[in-house]
Amino acid sequence: MSGTAHPQRGALLESALATARAENRAALVGYLPAGFPTVEGGIAACTALLESGCDIVEVGLPHSDPVLDGPVIQTADDIALRGGVRIADVVRTVREAHAATGKPVLVMTYWNPVDRYGAERFARELAEAGGAGCILPDLPVEESEGWRKAAEAAGLATVFVVAPSSRDERLARITAEGSGFVYAASLMGVTGTRESVGRDAESLVARVRATTELPVCVGLGVSNAEQAAQVARFADGVIVGSAFVRRLLDADGDLEAGLAELRALAADLAEGVRRG
Amino acid sequence: MSDQHHFIPDPEGRVPSAQGYFGAYGGKFIPEALVAAVDEVAAEYEKAKADPAFAAELDELLTHYTGRPSPLTEVPRFARHAGGARVFLKREDLNHTGSHKINNVLGQALLTRRMGKPRVVAETGAGQHGVATATACALFGLDCTIYMGEIDTRRQALNVARMRMLGAEVVPVTSGSRTLKDAINEAFRDWVANVDRTHYLFGTAAGPHPFPRLVRDFHRVIGVEARRQIQERAGRLPDAVAACVGGGSNAIGLFHAFLDDPGVRLVGLEAAGHGVDSGEHAATLSAGEPGILHGSRSYVLQDDEGQITEPYSISAGLDYPGIGPEHAYLKDSGRGEYRPVTDDAAMRALRLLSQTEGVIPAIESAHALAGALDLGRELGPDGVVLVNLSGRGDKDMDTAARYFGLYDGDGSGDGSGDGDGDGGNEDAGETK
Repeated sequence: MSGTAHPQRGALLESALATARAENRAALVGYLPAGFPTVEGGIAACTALLESGCDIVEVGLPHSDPVLDGPVIQTADDIALRGGVRIADVVRTVREAHAATGKPVLVMTYWNPVDRYGAERFARELAEAGGAGCILPDLPVEESEGWRKAAEAAGLATVFVVAPSSRDERLARITAEGSGFVYAASLMGVTGTRESVGRDAESLVARVRATTELPVCVGLGVSNAEQAAQVARFADGVIVGSAFVRRLLDADGDLEAGLAELRALAADLAEGVRRG
Repeated sequence: MSDQHHFIPDPEGRVPSAQGYFGAYGGKFIPEALVAAVDEVAAEYEKAKADPAFAAELDELLTHYTGRPSPLTEVPRFARHAGGARVFLKREDLNHTGSHKINNVLGQALLTRRMGKPRVVAETGAGQHGVATATACALFGLDCTIYMGEIDTRRQALNVARMRMLGAEVVPVTSGSRTLKDAINEAFRDWVANVDRTHYLFGTAAGPHPFPRLVRDFHRVIGVEARRQIQERAGRLPDAVAACVGGGSNAIGLFHAFLDDPGVRLVGLEAAGHGVDSGEHAATLSAGEPGILHGSRSYVLQDDEGQITEPYSISAGLDYPGIGPEHAYLKDSGRGEYRPVTDDAAMRALRLLSQTEGVIPAIESAHALAGALDLGRELGPDGVVLVNLSGRGDKDMDTAARYFGLYDGDGSGDGSGDGDGDGGNEDAGETK
């Protein structure tokens, strides 16, 4: 990248979300870690999500110490890391999934791998691969200036996570610095599928909307079409991670079977977000 | 005694900054879901510090429950192996529950009560922080869940039983390296999920702001007492103070009172496991590089892409790939010196203190003793070294017995093993 400013930070994300809104539905956002079950398998899996109903995919950059993830994603991260996944593989996953579908692909990870790699270098390489942005849930807004400068220079969106415990003035500060969309963590807790989506989600979304025009996507806890429909009634996007990871884990090495499961779940959830 | 206060927070105006930075280290790298809770801890601590009733209650507990001040013991027979220098031990092992950990735990337990939270989670490595936390929860009627790496639950089985006897739930952690790092990960997850009614009673001077400062302040009493005691006993300040560093809480508690004494060297002893060059160690300041782990920037054992590498030490309490940010700051500034001590050197020091002075130290503290032997030899007969004996060794008797072949029928000998025999390697084999 030349370092020129991109006024349209996150434009690809916003247009995907705007398209969904124009269709009077919520967008479906999928998550899978890169390198899981293998680098090639992960590329196929991310591509399958985008081909089967996901409007946006978040590619996880696996971390040795994923403290914000539950056991399902940690298991997948461990498999990916044992398989030797590198940041270059994550970037390639973004590149190929985006190139195959033209849809927005983000990276979601922890701050240390990005900090260690170099924020500018990471942002540049991710942008060159066609990446739309990055989510760094353990980088709170007050520590994020260096990253945001790098992301902005590369034309990447920085998606911040907000929580039910975030007070209104803090929400305003966070949404003012974020771009692409706002990730509303609907439950207090780590990632993982749950029986019901938290009641806090709807009021959190309403409080976020009072601070920003950015679309608001809800994550943490959605695993089936019914929940997706429920969230889609009040959110601009429904984020699903662990449920997809679980399907691939359950396929136990049979990639084709796992991909078929992913496609089926993505299609089911895509129906759900249209029902809401 | 009544004129001696035990809760002695550091005066304002020094590190950390308002954002929790010690120079380039520290900060607050936490998920948004925890920001409100961590800010609440910081705000409550500020209020408590300004409240004479808080200090009075903590002082009362530290005096009549913990047994402060802890003694300072000179160990001349041990010191003969330290080049003839005088060696003094700050006896945190004689605190109630058997280590320094109780200082911080009682302070945070009072904060927990002030915040109105009925439940506490904590991590533990050697089990000493877990035992202290379970103890305080029993005392204050708080629900208590302790996360402990599965490997550590085995090598510190006595402390698991103690925690359960005290009414705590002990959860063995099977992820990652199944040691302290992973116990912290799991405790963080619990905290995120249950933050409304739960305080994370963090056990070392690391983690997100305000924990490095708060834990340090609750342990400052160690150095404040020791500084006064050694001046009474030796007639002068020591040439060096030595403490083991895992996360760094007992070391920072000792060091802090000597920061402004330029003639006193501050020496932290890290766990070098099988040697820093072996790749199997927990010598974070010797071999790590700056990064983020468990909510703050400090030195971290990591690979070139920021994945945390698995540490190793025979000592569960030092088996950690991070270090408190204030130690990183002291290292970079040159005020602190940090040296690696291998498993074998620590175990030799453990046996030496046991057999020359009748004091069995924790394996963690034995790292500091090994460092003191070297410091004494470097200083010579005129030297004075003050060592923080941070914990007692009861919990480690199974590890030590296997290491030295002390059990009948082990076939490994007469209890005089020299520390580099099969025992040590066998233990290492179990942990990796």
